[in-house]
Amino acid sequence: MTAAPQTTPSRTERPEFVEESEFARPWVTIVHNDPVNLMSYVTWVFQQLFGYPKDKAELLMLDVHHKGKAVVSAGARERMEHDASRLHSYGLWATVDKQ
Amino acid sequence: MTLFKRRGAVCIATLQADEVKVLRKVAEEVVGLLTEGFDHSDPVVGRLFPDVYPEAPRESAEFRRFTEGDLKTSKIDQAGAILAALPEEGSGEVRLDAEAAQAWLRALNDARLALGIRLEITDDTVLEAELDKALAEDPQSARVFQLSVYSYLGYLQDSLLTAYTA
Repeated sequence: MTAAPQTTPSRTERPEFVEESEFARPWVTIVHNDPVNLMSYVTWVFQQLFGYPKDKAELLMLDVHHKGKAVVSAGARERMEHDASRLHSYGLWATVDKQ
Repeated sequence: MTLFKRRGAVCIATLQADEVKVLRKVAEEVVGLLTEGFDHSDPVVGRLFPDVYPEAPRESAEFRRFTEGDLKTSKIDQAGAILAALPEEGSGEVRLDAEAAQAWLRALNDARLALGIRLEITDDTVLEAELDKALAEDPQSARVFQLSVYSYLGYLQDSLLTAYTA
């Protein structure tokens, strides 16, 4: 991802995004870093698609940015494919994998 | 440089004639890429329609078979939202309601992704340095123009996002 002009990320804490569940959750949606998407845009997409508050979406964006990829959702395979497809419609690079 | 401003539920910008021309060209190119020019071997198509299972080509192809048509339609529609909102010719005001603003944000992003692939933008690319280099080589080159457009689209997208989420 790339910063918009004069945009500086202000938070660097390591986030925890995927809530633990007592149920097995074998599938995950992964978003990969790319050199084009604006950091502000990726944050907004996470707010739009997952209903996260801005600070949580921002931490998730930074996780993708710094680590190269991050898990953005976990659950049933069909659900993950649906999430990946929605992320693709916003131009994010998303894949599905087993946890 | 044009900036979007928000008035009530509407994002508004007054575009110069050359901005209108560039945006029309860019949106038409995206539509072309998604219609008659659609080619799975084009790396731009690979980026706009990523393999959902990079390690499993057959499963990726299966997923593609069920989802690609809808994804293509939504990308054509969002590029169409840019064309629909532009003044017919010359300079003029662009007014975007919430739905149009969202379509513009996604379409501007698709256009930037396409240009980013063509320009071979990487994490290490410093846009200003790249533009200086291209200008020194040939100020009239297509690369100079494309780099300027790429930079402009990023600026415009960020401006619209800032106005829309204000």
